[in-house]
Amino acid sequence: MTLDPTTLAAILAMAVVTYATRIAGFFVAGRLALRGRAKAAFDAIPPAVLVAVIAPTALTTGWPETAAAGVTILAAMRLPLLATVAIGVVTVVALRALA
Amino acid sequence: MNHDVTTGVQPVLATSAEGARDILPAMIACVPIAMLFGALAVGKGLSILEAGLMSILVFAGGAQFAALELWTYPVPVLALAFSTLLINARHVLMGASLASKVGDFSLPQRLAGAWVLTDEAWALAERRALHQRITPGYWFAVAAMLPAAWIGATFLGAWLGSFLGDPRRLGADFAFTALFIGLIAGLWRGRGTAITIAASAAAAALVYVWLGTPWHVLAGAFAGIAAAWCATPPERATS
Repeated sequence: MTLDPTTLAAILAMAVVTYATRIAGFFVAGRLALRGRAKAAFDAIPPAVLVAVIAPTALTTGWPETAAAGVTILAAMRLPLLATVAIGVVTVVALRALA
Repeated sequence: MNHDVTTGVQPVLATSAEGARDILPAMIACVPIAMLFGALAVGKGLSILEAGLMSILVFAGGAQFAALELWTYPVPVLALAFSTLLINARHVLMGASLASKVGDFSLPQRLAGAWVLTDEAWALAERRALHQRITPGYWFAVAAMLPAAWIGATFLGAWLGSFLGDPRRLGADFAFTALFIGLIAGLWRGRGTAITIAASAAAAALVYVWLGTPWHVLAGAFAGIAAAWCATPPERATS
């Protein structure tokens, strides 16, 4: 049970930023009606960030990770979240054993 | 005839019970995800206390998993804050949409209510708002029970994870990638999403090879957002 000061600083920074996003909407309501290109750009933020975070592992690590990501995409199109994760993990373990 | 009963203000207890019933499936679903977060956090070198503290204070699944993926020592505090800001920016739109539906909330209730805003609670509240007002009793039942499950399961997963050892041996390091692919599939909205994903993946992979972490997140996010902007036809001037 340790608490590193830098880790605590990172967690607090994340907490402040997150609460700011949660509270902001309640006070800017009415002034924030996004349409057209602005709305498309805003809607694109979550998928763009999530893809960017995993792109190094999925595309630049090795063929087992890239192939397992492909299998996981197929699973994600029809299965719930936990089953998708399980299939991805099992696939990467199997392919790493072959590599 | 009991019109006065049905048209009167519903008792707080009844609306709270409805909120609790609405959120129950999401609570059950979040337990294994939060346990996975706790176990992976310990695998990344966080203590059980640090993993639990992040779930208590940040309490935003996507941002927390992204933070673990970016986590290195020394801890890149600014990169983590920036990634969190980008992933959680959607809360601003969710809060703005809810603001007009929670007119009865006092200022302290708004400040506390925003703390427990999540995708799941927001979606349920918006559905309810189609035919009735969102009362504080409903909101706090639907929104504040999820943190309890998320935080408890994080501590449990972190504690169990401390017995697992190297997460890579079990392929658990790939769990992030698989989880994010699942989350991205949930955000799918057709052609625009495909263009965003392709642009973000290409830019992030290239920048990761050239410059390394955490610049790939910035490059991928910017490329994906710019691609979505370009793929949408400009609006005609409204008459």
